[in-house]
Amino acid sequence: MSLRARLALVAEHVLPFAATAAMLAALGCVFLYAPNERMQGAVQRIFYFHVNCAWSAFLGFFVAAGASAWYLWRGGETADQLAQAAVQVGMLFCTMVLVTGPIWARPIWGTWWTWDPRLTMTVILWTIFAVYLVLRSMGRDDAEIARYGAVLALVGVLDIPLIMVSVRLWRGMHPSVISAPKGQGGLEDPRMVVTLLVALAAFVLLFLWLLWRRFETLRLRDAIRRVEDRVMEARA
Amino acid sequence: MWTILQKDLLLELRTREALSALVVLMLLILLTFTFAFDPAEAATAAPAVLWVTFVFAGLLAVQRTFLIERENGSWYGLLLSPIDRGAIFVAKMTGNLIVLAIAQVVLLALLALLLGVEMPRAPLALFVVNGLGLVGFSALATLFAALSVRLRAREMLLPLLVLPLLVPVVICAVEASRVVLAGGGAADAGAWLRVLATFDVIFTVAGWLLFEQLVQE
Amino acid sequence: MSRGAGEPAVEAVGVAKAFGRTPVLRDVTLTIARGEALAIFGPNGAGKSTLLRLCATLYRPTAGTLRLLGRDDRGPDVRRRIGLVSHQSLCYPDLSARENLTFFARAYGAPNPESVADAWLDRVALTDVGARPVRVFSRGMEQRLALARALVHAPDLILLDEPWTGLDAAAADLLQGILAALRREGRTILAATHDVARGLAVADRAIVLHRGRLEWESAVGADTPAALDAVTRRLRTPAAA
Repeated sequence: MSLRARLALVAEHVLPFAATAAMLAALGCVFLYAPNERMQGAVQRIFYFHVNCAWSAFLGFFVAAGASAWYLWRGGETADQLAQAAVQVGMLFCTMVLVTGPIWARPIWGTWWTWDPRLTMTVILWTIFAVYLVLRSMGRDDAEIARYGAVLALVGVLDIPLIMVSVRLWRGMHPSVISAPKGQGGLEDPRMVVTLLVALAAFVLLFLWLLWRRFETLRLRDAIRRVEDRVMEARA
Repeated sequence: MWTILQKDLLLELRTREALSALVVLMLLILLTFTFAFDPAEAATAAPAVLWVTFVFAGLLAVQRTFLIERENGSWYGLLLSPIDRGAIFVAKMTGNLIVLAIAQVVLLALLALLLGVEMPRAPLALFVVNGLGLVGFSALATLFAALSVRLRAREMLLPLLVLPLLVPVVICAVEASRVVLAGGGAADAGAWLRVLATFDVIFTVAGWLLFEQLVQE
Repeated sequence: MSRGAGEPAVEAVGVAKAFGRTPVLRDVTLTIARGEALAIFGPNGAGKSTLLRLCATLYRPTAGTLRLLGRDDRGPDVRRRIGLVSHQSLCYPDLSARENLTFFARAYGAPNPESVADAWLDRVALTDVGARPVRVFSRGMEQRLALARALVHAPDLILLDEPWTGLDAAAADLLQGILAALRREGRTILAATHDVARGLAVADRAIVLHRGRLEWESAVGADTPAALDAVTRRLRTPAAA
């Protein structure tokens, strides 16, 4: 069996169950197993979702950058489909970060938004890949737009460390509203660490499953279009 | 690469389109700011005004380096030639940089005149700081500006593509300018300049490597 | 220089080109020997220009393999030996004819760009307007300049896209003369054209493209015009059973 077929088998049959099971375990840990954080109380539990959404988003964007590089140098629509799927899934998680962030911030800091370095960076990243999605939806089947999208994804990811550093420096100049213990309070209780790891596993599996489904959707869409085109031609 | 640069500069000298359009546009943007700002705030807002003007006027200037390749299809003439596509990128980027550097001088002068911003005793530091920012801007904008060389309508996409990626440049250049305008030397803006320099190197190299794949149909 | 010696100039196997979802060339298999002259006929939209551009390295085939001058890549060494005469002059309107030719001569690495440029200005009878900007040129003058631009670096493979369209009689004769000289020098020529008479006069072989496919191929002989006529009629009628 080819690698593709083997991957498809695992993705279709094993992944959904694994992801569901892991997510249920994670939910159990987050709400039942992990203790209340001393300073923040119950609200702190969002942390397990917030942080993992962020990591999943990053994972998505890195995969997109890699697939984009492959597409630019080796071509082939599979690489492009993977890149698009990765950006779409990454954006989903990125949006979740921007939603869970304020939900967490409100009770802790009393404000919905703050120019905290990490949130700021996430907004910028979100914008970069939102532009990617806009670009691809405008370009549809145009190969040139696909190439520019690939370059955007690639340099977008290259830009990430630079954005992080400059935003951090910038925040250093303008002290934030409250010096927040967001994720910095340290995970004192080992149960928190366990919960975090379980949640991480759950989110990675979820990411992989969503990525697979999006990729398959895009692949099938293109295959259908090819068949449509051949039918049109045969008729003409 | 020098061949192309020479050709572009010769063209610019002949027509003087880019520089004049750029200067006029910058003047207009600055005038708008003059009406928006209270003179007392001017000094603190100056670096921001500087960079907003640079970015919007600069994007149009960068578009032009590829616009000149559209008439008579000379872009294909360049692609047909054995010239390395990375070299085409560097040539276009350098051409843009030269135009932007000249524009910077004019803009700083206008800033001093219109907004009454006091120039530091060592204006060279200001040029260096902004120059570093312009290198990064040039690299990024040149890379994406090639989008409009085939289809004019795609010009509108350029700001969308460039602005989010440009954030580190804008932050660092503005803050570094602020330091210099407040009387500090270039060394005081050290951290900002290091980031700018890194950005410049990364994006110039990235552009040089990527251009070939980008323009090959 | 014997014809057909060494690697073929162009070797296309199953070449296809699509732009997005629009296929323009489908499954073209064609070999052109060194020193051969090929005339490419076909209606508008048949894919003639696309085929020429593929051979010029401007496009990458979406399927199939294409070898140019014995090489698989499309790098500078290959591009140096190919010249394309297109619909547009590919010259800068605000520079003079001489400046344009010098620029391209330099871009192709010619040893004496200025003298090469002047020589070609002479050959296409544009010496007296050499210093005027291309912007003011008439269509005929522009086409002569386009020819010079494409040949200034003495390419081995010459691609011409509708070269006779819009040329006056004098310019057309000039072109015939240049093409004859190129043939004597053993260079390979591909010309896409609607002008059957002129095309056949210059070619060894002729092909017909129709909707991206290679529909007909033959050596040029006395019976070729009649055969071409038959092919054109056949292709114009909708496909029978």
